[in-house]
Amino acid sequence: MTRVLLFGRLRDIAGWRERAFDPAPDRLSALKAMIRRADAALADALDEPGVQAAVDKAVVRGDAILRPGAEVAFLPPMSGG
Amino acid sequence: MIRLVAERFDPGAALNRFSAGRMMTGAVASFLGIARGEAGQAVALELEAYPGFTEASISAFIEAAIDRFGLQDAEVIHRVGPIPPGDPIVLVLTAAAHRREAFEACDFLMDYLKSRAPFWKKEYGPRGWRWVEPTARDLADLERWRETEQT
Repeated sequence: MTRVLLFGRLRDIAGWRERAFDPAPDRLSALKAMIRRADAALADALDEPGVQAAVDKAVVRGDAILRPGAEVAFLPPMSGG
Repeated sequence: MIRLVAERFDPGAALNRFSAGRMMTGAVASFLGIARGEAGQAVALELEAYPGFTEASISAFIEAAIDRFGLQDAEVIHRVGPIPPGDPIVLVLTAAAHRREAFEACDFLMDYLKSRAPFWKKEYGPRGWRWVEPTARDLADLERWRETEQT
């Protein structure tokens, strides 16, 4: 199982904030493909420039490897407080 | 230290607690940010944080400010969730031997918090709720510190 968290406008686009994906994808690209099959509009938003991915609370670049049980967060540009 | 709070906090109490018992401190500087809104508006803005991630990022910046300005201590209290107009949003406290370092570190931390800290902000405007990204002014304010580094 992979826990996916959405923040900011991504949450509004998807209509959810947190969801479990099962079976657990082994890479970020595999997770994004699963998301695309369920919701193409959300998948497009995740690919927009400025949207970062964090795995287990650390920002990753490229196609990160996901351990089973990983927490993946998609972070739109941060606004500051 | 960083504290994210979902309820209204008391800036005066926080300042008193932070300042208490400091025999070696000559200066405590504070900045209090208040939610600006319009009359009759129930919520000025809504701030979303990523628990754990947001605190870690702000903590790293507090440590950087302590090193850069030679502070004795620094603390940030930041409100999250829906915030009514007039409520405190952010309190930055810095302690140093002398005032200049305390003032500058406070300014530096606020520029970071306003532009780069991992928050997602929703504001209510003429066309309803919208997610906001840092303003050109916020980014220019942050840039001041980079130029200082280069000289």
